[in-house]
Amino acid sequence: MRKRLPASLLVAAAFLFVSSSLSAHHGNAAYDGRTVTVKGTVTAWVWTNPHTFLKFDAKDEKGNVVHWLGEWNAPSTLVNFGITAKSFKAGEDVTVTMTGMSKTGQPVGRVTKVVLPDGQELSMGSER
Amino acid sequence: MFKGYKSAAVLVALIAFSPVTHAQTTERRESGKNIHRDGWDRVVPAAPKDQKSEPAPVRDLTGIWEPTPGYRDGVFATGPKEYPSDGKPEHELPFTPLGLKTWKEHKPGFGTTAVPIAQNNDPFDICDPIGFPRLQLFNLRAIQIFQTKSQVAVIYQNDQVWRNIWMDGRELPKEILEPRWYGYSVGKWTDDYTFVVETVGLDERTWIDNVGRPHSDALKVTETWHRVNHDILELTMTIDDPKMYTKPWNPLNKFRMRLQPEWFDIREMICSASEAQEYNKTIAEQAIAEKNAGKKK
Repeated sequence: MRKRLPASLLVAAAFLFVSSSLSAHHGNAAYDGRTVTVKGTVTAWVWTNPHTFLKFDAKDEKGNVVHWLGEWNAPSTLVNFGITAKSFKAGEDVTVTMTGMSKTGQPVGRVTKVVLPDGQELSMGSER
Repeated sequence: MFKGYKSAAVLVALIAFSPVTHAQTTERRESGKNIHRDGWDRVVPAAPKDQKSEPAPVRDLTGIWEPTPGYRDGVFATGPKEYPSDGKPEHELPFTPLGLKTWKEHKPGFGTTAVPIAQNNDPFDICDPIGFPRLQLFNLRAIQIFQTKSQVAVIYQNDQVWRNIWMDGRELPKEILEPRWYGYSVGKWTDDYTFVVETVGLDERTWIDNVGRPHSDALKVTETWHRVNHDILELTMTIDDPKMYTKPWNPLNKFRMRLQPEWFDIREMICSASEAQEYNKTIAEQAIAEKNAGKKK
């Protein structure tokens, strides 16, 4: 039987430095165009205007816990893409893809996709 | 009779446990596709590709309207449709020296003059009233129009506010004793399908759009609401502010909105002071880091 590592220990799985244009909805001057995928554990799902936030913890290469902050669109937009106030629970292991990372190197990015423990993907598809 | 009850029970069970019903109530639902839902989580029918429609009713704008073909087409995060802040020469506004100076003093989150959030001075980011005309030039989403003999009233999803447009024969105020966030509006029918509105007395603290275009106390906004047919309403707006702009300009030109079903419930989209505070608190660490990074440079 294959030994599985807890998802929270799988750190910053892929740093894909993909250039892309941001067409974000609220304040994108602080973000660059990188795409980063991180596996972590949800600590909070903040369903607020003007934007929502997915807070999650992941460990870096040295094993230190990093508190990530994923900013996503407004509730009134996300609900049309099957993403609701109940989509995430604290303690869930998730894989978060962010396109647009903090220019200052902070663990902050704009969410484009989240994969849930059961494999379901939550995203806005090709829209931003 | 018993048989009837039994059939009804089976029917109720079928409805309760059918995949469709389950999909509406489960915490997990299909994602990745744009399935528009109203405020009561009901799926809104997509706009038909064929724009043919019944003729418009005479002198009547009542109904629930949304931007079309996409309900998000009126977000205008980087400025209104005809004049986005993108650096293209054709989108440069005819600023007066005062207009340009004032625009540069505004620090928006979007457009060519965008700044990081820590340096932003957008009044709407602290939940000041969004004001008019920004109400229609940023996050123009669903609206509902009511009419009486005396006025047209418009309620907006955007910040859940309303405006009253008087058509009882009164004229615009000659002198503005009290500027208002949403101004003073009068309207009149210029033909059976075209309603023209003029608005003055607008509070100077508001921005015209999401990229910080300024206005003065001299601003006059003209809106032309033209009902093309039963299902389509076109909105054209003119900004006339000689203190800030050397000539009038049209942020929207025949921008289309589609009539929605009568059952369409307009979703809440309110700038909550506590949520804004939480938003700012949440990104505070990032903002501080940005400031520190800026000092190091």
